[in-house]
Amino acid sequence: MADPDTLEKRLAQQGISRRAFLKFCTAMATLMALPPGTAPAIAAALAKAKRPSVIWLSFQECTGCTESLTRSYSPTVESLIFDMISLDYHHTLQAASGFGAEKSREDAMKESYGKYLLLVDGSIPTKDGGIYSTIAGTTNLDMLKQAAKGAAAIISVGTCAAFGGIPKANPNPTGAVAVSDIVKDKPIVNISGCPPIPAVITGVLAHYLTFGALPELDSLNRPKAFYGETIHDRCYRRPFYDQGKFAKTFDDEGARNGWCLFELGCKGPVTHNACATTKWNGGAGFPIEAGHGCLGCSEPDFWDAGGFYKALSMPATPLTLVTGAAVTGAAVGVGISIANRMKKGAAKSAHQTATFTDLEK
Amino acid sequence: MSLENISIKVETAGVFSVGNVNALLSEIAAGLAKVIATGETTVIDLQSLPFAPGEYEQLRQTLGQGEVTARIEAIGTSEVIETRCPGVWWLTHCNIEGDIVADVIEITAIPEILKSQPEDVCAGLDRLNAMLSQPAPRND
Repeated sequence: MADPDTLEKRLAQQGISRRAFLKFCTAMATLMALPPGTAPAIAAALAKAKRPSVIWLSFQECTGCTESLTRSYSPTVESLIFDMISLDYHHTLQAASGFGAEKSREDAMKESYGKYLLLVDGSIPTKDGGIYSTIAGTTNLDMLKQAAKGAAAIISVGTCAAFGGIPKANPNPTGAVAVSDIVKDKPIVNISGCPPIPAVITGVLAHYLTFGALPELDSLNRPKAFYGETIHDRCYRRPFYDQGKFAKTFDDEGARNGWCLFELGCKGPVTHNACATTKWNGGAGFPIEAGHGCLGCSEPDFWDAGGFYKALSMPATPLTLVTGAAVTGAAVGVGISIANRMKKGAAKSAHQTATFTDLEK
Repeated sequence: MSLENISIKVETAGVFSVGNVNALLSEIAAGLAKVIATGETTVIDLQSLPFAPGEYEQLRQTLGQGEVTARIEAIGTSEVIETRCPGVWWLTHCNIEGDIVADVIEITAIPEILKSQPEDVCAGLDRLNAMLSQPAPRND
């Protein structure tokens, strides 16, 4: 007799056929970046999967990660995944509020102690005792420590939870840190990105449901299936890089021909993410396809890594500055700014093309 | 005023390939040779490939449409097309909203999803038996 709480049973109750389930598993294989031929095996494993309790805590964040997930292109897949988990607390999505909401979190933590998945988006302010962000009078710092105790694993959703993100950017007024800076004794998966690709969030959840374990991770605790390669290595413009064909400005012939954006500051060579293949907005494209370089949003400290329009000094090195401009920026910044503005003005009056360096400052 | 009233000139990407189409055609040829020799199915996930703009359409055009087209209505529509190369099937799975959730090429005699699944066959038999066990309606 099948367990009444398995997915197989619940799908049958909803009148979903095995063929529909097989189709769903094909989509899941795509989501998890597994070979599509594995769909029948995924179906067999998922049919027996139990429903894990999930608690989602939102800390110092902009809700962009939740927006990314809930507005993703495949609501059918996502809703089925959410059928497979028991989302017991998410303060943006849940209907309950006030004491009722906090009680549901405490109840879920008690009932599934040691077994629930803890999803966190947003960084955690630590300065002045963490008072810069509180929920129901409890600081994010205390709430994270408390919730982490009973968690089977923690999934840090977005660059803020994974690496500190924009709140941690200089001068970091709230003393923001990443989840992994506070919790040291639990397995943590970092799903970085600003926001992360929705299919990657659901892909990691699907992996946990299917295999009952976390996916293989890289040195920064990101799932290798999605962060194993750089944007540059999977970019359709890569052949132009190899041929030495670069766009020099955003409106020159090279840009129109779709040449490599490396010299316009693209951070693709040092950024690990799945944008180049998974793409965004239902597969419509990704930033480089729209003609703009990668910002490196899934890497630590991307906000402080020099200018978005400054070329990387060398490919395949950590995000570093090409020049020392940021270090001496305070002293010479004003001068550069005026010079650039003059150049921009001159270019405008002469109907010349402004170069990317003109756009800086 | 609807969107159709705004005249937008859509420029097609033209003949622009970074080599994905030829590489894929070679992989498909290898898959066909395998299915002939051993009967083993090959599945290629098209969503995991770094297509340049226009390459997807180019592949679609090259493979073309063969004798069989099937439509599946299961949590959204799926389209199953046998291409001009028999044994090479193009499967596009959409969700209820019509967005593509999986896009694969399956090299096989018949795609798995077209077959009736054993669990569904059993459920269908149960339904039929339940109907048969009802008292027959009288004809008066």
